[in-house]
Amino acid sequence: MPRLLTKLLESNRQRAGRPSPRSLVAWLWLLPALAFIAVFLIYPVVDTFRISFMNADSTAYIGIGNYVHVFTSRATQDALLNNVLWLSFFTLLAVGLGVVLAVLTGRVRYESLAKAAIFIPMAISFVAAGVIWKFVYAYSPEGFSQIGLINATGTSMGLPPVAWLVQQQIAYTGQVLPTPLHTNNFALILVGVWMWTGFAMVILSASLKGIPVEIIEAARVDGASEWQVFWRILLPMLSPTIAVVATTLIIQALKNFDIVWVMTAGNFNTDVVATLMYKQMFNFRHFGQAGALAVILLLAMIPVMLINVRRFRA
Amino acid sequence: MKRSILGMQLLAGILGVILIALLACAAPSTTPTPTAAPLGRVEVLGVWGGEELASFQAMVAPWEQQTGGTMAFTGTRDLIAILTTRIAAGNPPDIAILPNPGQMMELAKAGNLTPLSSFLDMNKINQEYSKGWVDLGTVDGKLYAIFVKASDKGTVWYNPKTFAANGWKVPTTWDQMIALSNQIVSEKKTPPAPWSVAVESGQASGWPATDWMAQIMLRKYGGDVYDQWVAHTIPWTDSRIKDVWQMFGTIALTQGYVPGGAIAALATNFQDGTYLPFQTPPKAAMCYLGDFTAGFIATQFPNLVAGQDYSFFPFPTIAAQYSAGVTGGADLVAAFKDNPTVRSFVQYLSTAGAQEIWVKRGGFTSVNKMVSLNAYPNVLTRDAAKQLTEATLFRFGAGDSMPAAVQTAWWQGVLAYLQNPSQLDAILSNIEAQAKTAYQ
Repeated sequence: MPRLLTKLLESNRQRAGRPSPRSLVAWLWLLPALAFIAVFLIYPVVDTFRISFMNADSTAYIGIGNYVHVFTSRATQDALLNNVLWLSFFTLLAVGLGVVLAVLTGRVRYESLAKAAIFIPMAISFVAAGVIWKFVYAYSPEGFSQIGLINATGTSMGLPPVAWLVQQQIAYTGQVLPTPLHTNNFALILVGVWMWTGFAMVILSASLKGIPVEIIEAARVDGASEWQVFWRILLPMLSPTIAVVATTLIIQALKNFDIVWVMTAGNFNTDVVATLMYKQMFNFRHFGQAGALAVILLLAMIPVMLINVRRFRA
Repeated sequence: MKRSILGMQLLAGILGVILIALLACAAPSTTPTPTAAPLGRVEVLGVWGGEELASFQAMVAPWEQQTGGTMAFTGTRDLIAILTTRIAAGNPPDIAILPNPGQMMELAKAGNLTPLSSFLDMNKINQEYSKGWVDLGTVDGKLYAIFVKASDKGTVWYNPKTFAANGWKVPTTWDQMIALSNQIVSEKKTPPAPWSVAVESGQASGWPATDWMAQIMLRKYGGDVYDQWVAHTIPWTDSRIKDVWQMFGTIALTQGYVPGGAIAALATNFQDGTYLPFQTPPKAAMCYLGDFTAGFIATQFPNLVAGQDYSFFPFPTIAAQYSAGVTGGADLVAAFKDNPTVRSFVQYLSTAGAQEIWVKRGGFTSVNKMVSLNAYPNVLTRDAAKQLTEATLFRFGAGDSMPAAVQTAWWQGVLAYLQNPSQLDAILSNIEAQAKTAYQ
């Protein structure tokens, strides 16, 4: 936007040779928008940054103490690792499944029905999805009646019940993998994937429909197999859309809060940065550390945003 | 034509409004004139809502009728934050219902509270409240708070009919309780397991276990050590604290004691956990949780009779000299302003007559000795009230009296301990590290 503004002003200057009343008018028109951005965006960001260098009740500056604590305490380290896990698995699975489903649903007669079924979770609120999946994952000890869908199915096939949201070792095998590769983390990520795959599929499917049929036909005439058509033609032509969907999902993964909060409240090492920030802020009233976590989250998001903005410009 | 009908309706409407206004003006003259000078409005800040608020309003109604004063209740789940903000802004409520004495002491020392001893009849207070409760409300020799609505956390719930059918006897000491637990495991009758332990409670998961530990601490090491622990003058790595954790671990982690073991304890909601001894067939014999458990059971199993199908026995004695130790909680009334309305209101709330109104409605345990035990709706609430009013060694739940960061670290520590009991030393030093910064 600044660039747009300077261009506008430059063009005015070129015409008049000096600041003209017209450039003043331009500033005047921009003023309300700038005031909004200053009050609701710039001021809070700057103030959060300032608070992140202060103590719990923001009465004294304590240097980089809050940031040191964030990177040295076990709880925040785990939360950062969990966020990385969300970032990679959630994005990969949702985008990957989105591509596969977009291609497959485009080839069946009941396309709209299949798509609607996959897209519906997107219309459910995060909290409701969390509650629904809490029932799906519900656990009762062996010998009790199982009310959870997965454990009811599992025990009817002779498998032991699994506390999906509690246990860290891998289900059924009991293997312990290093943090954050825990069963409960994956159980939570699956809920996110369930919600967002539909979104990825719909956008990718629209883009798929935009690929000219002639190109695909030409490839088939030249003897390309369906597999080759997918890898050599569809995927490369979809890649700009995939990038947009992926960046949206990465931002979603970074600021992920609701699913974790509703389903485990961050217990059993499932905290992510956003839930930890909430706890620091509202449970411990430590504004400094909450601010530091908010700044870290913001800094992590800036590169993703930049890539997205650059893409729009191109 | 249409317009004239509209006009007539409008006219009728206006006449109606005027009539109502006239009636409203006339109304006050028909109500009986209050005997004393009419009092103003008193604003009360508290956490109550729903059923509890309705009961509180019922309790206040006679005062409003007698004095002509009115009570306006501001309910919030974020009491401390709202209170801090309003005090800082110079706009405190008239009265606040605080959940524990720690906050009250801080406010009293900061000079925010009105000493109640300046206008209450202290002879009457000392007669009606046992010394322990008066002392808890006193700071620097002045009474700042009246305790109302107490809860008792010295209760172990069991099914008297299952106990009778299996020939099990209610234990009175810790050793008897462990012996009974072992007996239940080896007998393999119904229920096959002695304990239901369930600690899931969303963000506050772990608190039921901290109640266990607080009660064990008070019964084994007494009030002084308990106070040092709460005030953090002994570290969390102290051998006595570790011992308390391990005694809780005996219950929660011994093979066969809890159906499904530690994972089930972690995954089961605390409220669902209280159902195990009372469902058909019962899955566990006993469950330790505060006196509010009666409400869970009564709602889930409306056909069960209190005292016959479900009951509690007092937490067993661990060390004989501390056998009177009971942990629990109580809401207290503190005043931020001093005027005739506030004085009259606090005076009224402290009386047995006022408290009996809520006692009869259920869900309220009074610590006023003048409240008749017959006012309690059933035998269980009566027993819990008796245990509380007679408690010579009462302590507030330890977690509620600690800084929020330490309490949360304790809850988290419980979850970690149930998953990895061998890590206990590391867990305790982690809580200690949190405590060191939080108590500064």
